[in-house]
Amino acid sequence: MGLANISSGDVLLLGYSVPAEIGKALPKVGALVEGPAFYPYLSGRDNLIRFDSADRYADPATRAARVDAALAKVGLTQAEDKKVHAYSLGMKQRLGIANALLQPRDLLVLDEPTNGLDPQGTREVRNLIRLLASEGITIFISSHLLVEIEQICTHLAVMSQGKIVAQGSVEELSQAEILNLQLETAQTDLAVQGLKSLGIAATADGEKIFATVPAGQIEPERIVAVLVELGVGIKAFSLAAPTLEERFVGLTGEGFDVAR
Amino acid sequence: MLHAKSMRGSLMYSELSVLFRRRRTWAMLFTVALIPICLAFAVLASGSTIPPGEGPPFLDRVSQNGLFVGFTAMIMAIPLFLPLTIGVVAGDTIAGEANTGTLRYLLIAPVNRARLLVVKFLGAAAFCLAATFTLMITGIIIGAILFPVGPVTLLSGDVVSIPAALLRIFLVAIYVTISLLGLSAIGLFISTLTVIPVGAMAATVVVSTVTQILGALPQIAVIHPYLISYYWLGFADILRNPMDLGSMISNTLLQLAYIAIFGALAYSRFTTKDVLS
Repeated sequence: MGLANISSGDVLLLGYSVPAEIGKALPKVGALVEGPAFYPYLSGRDNLIRFDSADRYADPATRAARVDAALAKVGLTQAEDKKVHAYSLGMKQRLGIANALLQPRDLLVLDEPTNGLDPQGTREVRNLIRLLASEGITIFISSHLLVEIEQICTHLAVMSQGKIVAQGSVEELSQAEILNLQLETAQTDLAVQGLKSLGIAATADGEKIFATVPAGQIEPERIVAVLVELGVGIKAFSLAAPTLEERFVGLTGEGFDVAR
Repeated sequence: MLHAKSMRGSLMYSELSVLFRRRRTWAMLFTVALIPICLAFAVLASGSTIPPGEGPPFLDRVSQNGLFVGFTAMIMAIPLFLPLTIGVVAGDTIAGEANTGTLRYLLIAPVNRARLLVVKFLGAAAFCLAATFTLMITGIIIGAILFPVGPVTLLSGDVVSIPAALLRIFLVAIYVTISLLGLSAIGLFISTLTVIPVGAMAATVVVSTVTQILGALPQIAVIHPYLISYYWLGFADILRNPMDLGSMISNTLLQLAYIAIFGALAYSRFTTKDVLS
């Protein structure tokens, strides 16, 4: 984004090499970088006017109208004259998105857009992102909240220690070769035996039984049928693909010392 | 630029409006205004018994002619108080924006970094102007209220009319504003080095203080003419007849040299800096 120099390699942003041609690319890009930042002693509206004044491609004649439109889009018209220090984190986050929307954009880069938001705020921002995406803007989100990513993204990439370790559409990445089996029953021994007869090695923990099954090896219906035939009373059963979090940990390693 | 640039829509206008909408700016200008007010009341309370030569220059004349309040207050404010307020404004220019994180949003707006520096420097310069004129105008007003006002006796012994004296007061305020521009450039440069505005502010004030200490040491008189504060109190020449603008010109050249050097340093630092906060 022209904030830092590159240490090696080339970066292309909308087809322009950055930072050499950053001036050509940036007008088409709106961004929320490392959380929203504003002048606390100015109103939300005056903050947007300030940032728009800094944009050398922005037309001052249409400034007021563009600021109004951006505020309306994020639902802050009511609070536009309040000083930003009185805003909640969610409102600041939305004002940050409004700032990114002052001009028609091709790309929005949103860094942790729901970071630190309460559930309502998270929903607000998520709906806003969906709305913007439906208008045809490409939105690039970086986030640690994998549940969020699963809900709003179409494509994703996983990075570890500065390198991309996996990328593709959400379907591709969540397509798993190994499925997790979970079972709850009172007759654990019997169930473990039954699974063994199907070629599945299972471990019991209290009333719960866990196992991993290669995808496509066996239908879940068959497993249940076999177990019921053996007289195992099944309280709960699931055979599901691992969550994005499990996939993520599988790709990047586990524990606090991962990034060593 | 595709469109005609109107002043109201420019970044410069935005910078000034942000600067002069801050409560801090007004608090500092208010404190600057208090200097001549306190001085005038102190002189009034002590009666007209101040012997010539005691206290700051011109102090003995204040009770005879209110127009001297501004001059005397200016002499009192130059060594410490004005540099302090300039340090706050100039030290805050870049570091303050970096500290709140607004700098990264200005840069991705996108604003040209060199342009932002120029605008920031001009903003600090505008504050210098505002501070010196606040002090002078308040001095004239409070002086006119509390003391008689009449033709002014200059340092050369000539007497000039009130309008002529006001012109000289105006020139002194301009002189002091110019005196502070070099310090503003130093503050701007220091401000590009850090993201802690208070650090940049303090460092700027330290520079001004150290400079004045060096200026008071006769052993290093050889470097004195190059010190930023060398001409700070040199506006006496404006108060002579005929008016001698020699020190005004030397002062302006010296300050321009400081602006060029520290402006270049700030430019080279700021245009290559990674803005990560």
